[in-house]
This record gives sequence, C-alpha cells and structure tokens, in this order.
Amino acid sequence: MEELRKKARELLETGAVKVVIGYGKGSGQNARAVFVRKAEYADKLICDESCVQNLAVYLTKPEVKALGKPAIVAKLPVLRTILQLAAENQIAEGDLVVLGVSPDGKIIDLQNFKAIEDYVAQFPFELTPEQKAEIEKIGKMSLEERWQYWQEQFGRCLKCYACRAACPLCYCSRCLVECNQPQWVPAAPHAIGNLEWHIVRAMHLAGRCTNCGDCERACPVGIQLSLLNLKLAEEVLKNFKTRAGASSKAEYALGNWKEEDKENFIK
Amino acid sequence: MSEFEPKIVAFVCNWCTYAGADLTGTSRIKYAPNVRMIRLPCTGRIDFMLLLKAFDQGADGIIVSGCHPGDCHYTAGNFHARRRWIIFRSALEFLGIDTRRVHFAWVSAAEGAKWAEFVNSVTDEIKKLGPYETYKKAVGAGIE
Repeated sequence: MEELRKKARELLETGAVKVVIGYGKGSGQNARAVFVRKAEYADKLICDESCVQNLAVYLTKPEVKALGKPAIVAKLPVLRTILQLAAENQIAEGDLVVLGVSPDGKIIDLQNFKAIEDYVAQFPFELTPEQKAEIEKIGKMSLEERWQYWQEQFGRCLKCYACRAACPLCYCSRCLVECNQPQWVPAAPHAIGNLEWHIVRAMHLAGRCTNCGDCERACPVGIQLSLLNLKLAEEVLKNFKTRAGASSKAEYALGNWKEEDKENFIK
Repeated sequence: MSEFEPKIVAFVCNWCTYAGADLTGTSRIKYAPNVRMIRLPCTGRIDFMLLLKAFDQGADGIIVSGCHPGDCHYTAGNFHARRRWIIFRSALEFLGIDTRRVHFAWVSAAEGAKWAEFVNSVTDEIKKLGPYETYKKAVGAGIE
C-alpha cells in the first residue's frame, strides 16, 4: 500500500499525470473509487481485497477525461479491460499510466500495452467451479424451466441500468435503450422489456465483455448477469477461438468473420 | 375449431432470398401463405432486435434467409450475419426461448423451389408446436 502511495505521489508531484484513479475507504467494509489530484492526498489510496470495482469504467467518462492524463490502479480484471478498450480504440498507448497490482498486492511495472498483454497472459481466464456448475445446471434444464428461471431473474429487474453504468465497455454516449423513435426497448420494468434489455446488453457485450463481474455486483436486485455474459464469452471462444481482454490489437469477434465459421442450424 | 394457422415473419435479403421468393411466385409454385416477408438490404443488416420485435408483435415463428456464403451482394454481409446468429441463437437457447421457432436458411435467387419447400417445412413444424403462448403471455403481462 505504501509503495502504491509513494508511486502516486511521485506521479502527481512530477506532473506526469493529473489524476490517480484508485480505491479509497468507503462506508462500512467497502472501498470506493477515489480521484487523487494532489500529491498530498495520495495517502487516501488503499489497496486490499475490498478493492473490487473495475476502475476502467472511468477511463471513457468525459468528466474524468477532462481532469487530464490519468494513472489507474489496476488489478487483473482492470488490466484485461484496459486491453479491450485499447483494442476498441478507446484508449491509446501513452494516454494513461497503469499502476498494476499483483494478486499479493505488489506494484508491477507495466510500461506499455505489450507489457500488460504479457502479464495478463500468465493468468488465463477461467470460469470458477461455481460458475461452471451454474451454467451447466441451466443448460440441463428443460426449455420451460430455463424460461422460468430467467423470467424469475429478470422479473426483479428495475431497469435502473446500474449494470450499464458499472460496465467499462458500455461506453456508448447514446444507448439503444434511449432510442425512443421508435421505442426499441420498453422503458418500464415489464417482462418483455426486461428480457429484451438483457438480451441487448448481453449481445452488445458478446465478444467484448472481459467478465469482470461488475454488472452483477452493481445490480441492486442480484440478477445473475455474469452467467449470461460468461455463457456468451464461452460460445465466442468455442466458435471463434477468441476471448476479449487478451490483446490490445484483438479484433471484435462479431465484427469479423471467417469463411470456415461453422454452424449446424442454417439450412 | 379451425386448424391453427401460425404467423411467421421472414426477414430476407433483397438480393437473394427475396428474388428467390419472386421466382417461386413466377414459377407458380404454391406454398404456405403463413409467411409475411420483410425485405431488408442484407442479412448483415438484420438486427437481432427485429427478431425479438417479431415475437413481441405476436409471431409464432421466424425465418431469416439470405444469400449463400460467398454470394453476398456486399461481399461479406452474410458472413457477419452468420457469426451473429451463432451467438444469438445460443443466447436464446440459454434464456429458454424456443429456438425451434427461429429458422435460418440460405436461399439464392435461383432457388424458388427451395424457398417453397423451406417455408412449408417451417410452417408444418410451427403448426405442430402451436402458438407461442409462453412469449405471448409475457408480452401481455403487467400491461394495463
């Protein structure tokens, strides 16, 4: 933690960055995002296991961009997201300073995207056994049971769009759900509107989502959003052999194609 | 009671399937009248939301059809579409939406007979499945 504060202080004192995006003490047991703009406040930064939010979400926000060049405290999921944002041309080399944090809390020197790629490659993404089991369980249900399962989940949705706000890859300045001429997705929390919203969200993130799980953490009613994201990420991997968040030059799986893509349902 | 006549919405591309269906007509081939065709520039243009909206508006089945791989008027629209449908279909399946009601085909402008045959087979299958009550119930739920 001291190492991180020292580094942040240095960066701010030398003027290498204008703001350090990191974690600070929140209410209760939680950490919250802090934006340190003066070296003397660097002591506000903390870094422990309570720091779970994906801070990369702030990199694309206009109000954060307006603060100037940022440094960002980045654990593994954030690093993956940074690579994906780079692949989507949302950030460029030199736009930001990455303060990588290893799982045991050490600061890792990550000078460029290549270094991040090499570091991330040491930790291949894998589903946790619980996630695997849950996806398998849903896969084994009958059609009717699956429908009921998700209707119950989505039935709780309030359409607060916290999942969208928390997602670092939902950065469109005008989202499809705000398109109201015609109204694509009904605004009210209603069975079909909710279903459509969650399909749209998952589809627009398929092949892009780095599975940080922040959407699910942000959800006030505990919808298992990451299950759907994980399922589609697995499908993208299975069918197109790519996983988001591995490279800063990755091509978007659904914006791309190969002649030999296989399916078994088109007649 | 009269037999159930399903409503089927077909999203087809302008260059292949729509022309193919034209050929079905000019060849005087009879086929099931249950299908409502919607002509779009390319299968690559067919947003998955259109399919959801079709179910929303009471469709019992959906057809998506365009040029064979390699034949796309815009070179690669159908290749893009193919990737999208692979993922979309698995999403539908995972969410418990009946994928037996969503059919995909490649029908070229020369395949008038294939179009008729395809529409007939889809219509038969959806007749067997009956109206898509599960979805319709959800559409009607909670609206005053």
